[in-house]
Amino acid sequence: MSATTIYVPRDSGAVSMGAEGVARAIVAEARRCGATVRLVRNGSRGLYWLEPLVEVATARGRVAYGPVGLEDVASLFAANFLDGGDHRLALGVTEELPYLKSQERLTFARVGVTDPLSLDDYIAYGGYRGLARALTLSGAAMVEDVTVSGLRGRGGAGFPAGIKWRTVLQTEASQKYVVCNADEGDSGTFSDRMIMEGDPFTLVEGMTIAALAVGATQGYIYLRSEYPAALETLTAAIAIAESRGYLGRDVARSGKAFKLAIRVGGGAYICGEETAMLESLEGRRGMVRFKPPLPAIAGLFGQPSIINNVITLASIPVILGRGGAFYKNYGMGRSLGTLPIQLAGNVKRPGLIEKAFGVTLREIIYEYGGGTASGRPVRAVQVGGPLGAYFPAAMLDVPLDYEALAAKGGLLGHGGIVVFDDTVDLAQQARYAMEFCALESCGKCTPCRIGSTRGIEVIDRIIASYGATRREKADLLRDLCDTMTAGSLCALGGLTPIPVMSALRNFPADFGLPDTPADREGT
Amino acid sequence: MNREHEWDKAAVAAIARELKNEPGALMPILRRIQDRLGWVPRDAVPLIANILNLSRAEVHGVVSFYHDFRHAPPGRNVVRVCRAESCQAMGGVALAEHIKRRLGIDFGETSKDGEFTLEAVYCLGNCACSPAAMVGADLLGRVTPSRFDDAIAHRGGTNR
Repeated sequence: MSATTIYVPRDSGAVSMGAEGVARAIVAEARRCGATVRLVRNGSRGLYWLEPLVEVATARGRVAYGPVGLEDVASLFAANFLDGGDHRLALGVTEELPYLKSQERLTFARVGVTDPLSLDDYIAYGGYRGLARALTLSGAAMVEDVTVSGLRGRGGAGFPAGIKWRTVLQTEASQKYVVCNADEGDSGTFSDRMIMEGDPFTLVEGMTIAALAVGATQGYIYLRSEYPAALETLTAAIAIAESRGYLGRDVARSGKAFKLAIRVGGGAYICGEETAMLESLEGRRGMVRFKPPLPAIAGLFGQPSIINNVITLASIPVILGRGGAFYKNYGMGRSLGTLPIQLAGNVKRPGLIEKAFGVTLREIIYEYGGGTASGRPVRAVQVGGPLGAYFPAAMLDVPLDYEALAAKGGLLGHGGIVVFDDTVDLAQQARYAMEFCALESCGKCTPCRIGSTRGIEVIDRIIASYGATRREKADLLRDLCDTMTAGSLCALGGLTPIPVMSALRNFPADFGLPDTPADREGT
Repeated sequence: MNREHEWDKAAVAAIARELKNEPGALMPILRRIQDRLGWVPRDAVPLIANILNLSRAEVHGVVSFYHDFRHAPPGRNVVRVCRAESCQAMGGVALAEHIKRRLGIDFGETSKDGEFTLEAVYCLGNCACSPAAMVGADLLGRVTPSRFDDAIAHRGGTNR
């Protein structure tokens, strides 16, 4: 009898909902029933309200069951789930689930599908095609392809990757580096983690292509310490790639060397800022550097360095594999390609939704997310992490696009969306934004270091005061935010005013201020 | 607590010597010390400085900059609770209050019996299963007060 393949995710989100126990119970129950099963620990499909999502390979394709608890395992076997039998938790063919079927998965094509640490799986599902094509091109042609694709930095800044790469390519140096920023610190974001845990070879391949394009021989992944599972998976993936000749002295018999190492951070949010990250990699405090010089010219250890976020680099294999022109057919305006959107907070169906740019917040929150988990009305949505704007429910028709969000006083950031119901107090959220900035400021510039603490105090005074005094304090907060925006050295101090001011502008009642719709943008 | 905590000087020196030639060696050294010991002893600073040929101030500056590096040994079980926005939206503030009461300690404190240390963390990347917390090496999702109590039930008084 041939073995039935069962998939139970190893993704840490699934594990946090009990996937380890479920995997063990399935093996034990199969043994008890005399069934032969092959257990694959895949990444997560990103449908987190269904985790642990168990899949069974059947003649109809992979069939999903979820969320599976320990107590469900015996009844699944009784319902003959090894043949895709019906059960209370049966969801049908995985690929046909509307949440998944309507997505445009380019970067996440393999996540949840393959065994993350099977290089054969990776190659069978299109992996290393990008590298194969890259090896037929000159460095300049590779950079050109990335430029044509329109790929912009997915970490938050949205800077065109091709331009950054060209600068590194054109800068002469004896040593160049590729640095992957895997310090995914924004609350509400987890796409980097999903890639690193669910398809690590994509990141390895993307960094390898980047290195070949510009002539770098050493790469570093700067990984946040909060991701121990990603560290384990990446470490194993790098060792496998080395043993199979995809990393090391002679990458894929190209005669070119590329070595890759992981460095774990120290729990400092500011190290997601690229120059602070470089300081940390060099063994110092994560203090932001002045620019210029650009890191592309004088970056890690003073050498020209490509610095890109995980998703940016993980998108490189599909771009090189299928061509920049293919990738840029997705998206709108100057936001080309796809965006892995992370939907979290108070939402019924949280998860990972990779779509072409241009999908609206409303579609994401209601059609994918199904509204709030609490069943109460949506009141506020924070887009783009702790430095992103709070939008009211009336403003959800804005498309997810770098320029469209900027025009509404917000930012796209790393593509995280956090939904709040009507129990949220936006004055407290604004206070938290200042608190977070005070906690995480590197201290180099005054507006950020001092301004954030003064910001907490001023918000407390607005809340505690009345009438004209309250309005005066609100003006003081606006003034302080102006100073932070204009005077801070990096995005932490410079963008903390975005959540604060958007809360004040869109939700004045929470601060005890009169609701003046004329002040509101977009409504 | 004023009493001096014991730590393995030879092990710390061995880590520093082993990694000293890595580019940007100080962070990997501190990480490994913290992973091995659970904290970075103050008295390890001159030792590391000497091996790396750095000033004590430089090493101290790095140790004190990063939230991860503890200045005292943690309890047997480190509980890390996410306090960031996605978890706030799902009742994370009330959960944190419950955990503080349950453990009898505030953030940054270790219980008198040395059983638990409570730490704040700003995002565990488990936002789609908010609110999130970690007990030891175990990540927990959609944590409720009772799920948390279950997660620590077998830990109190043990050596885990």
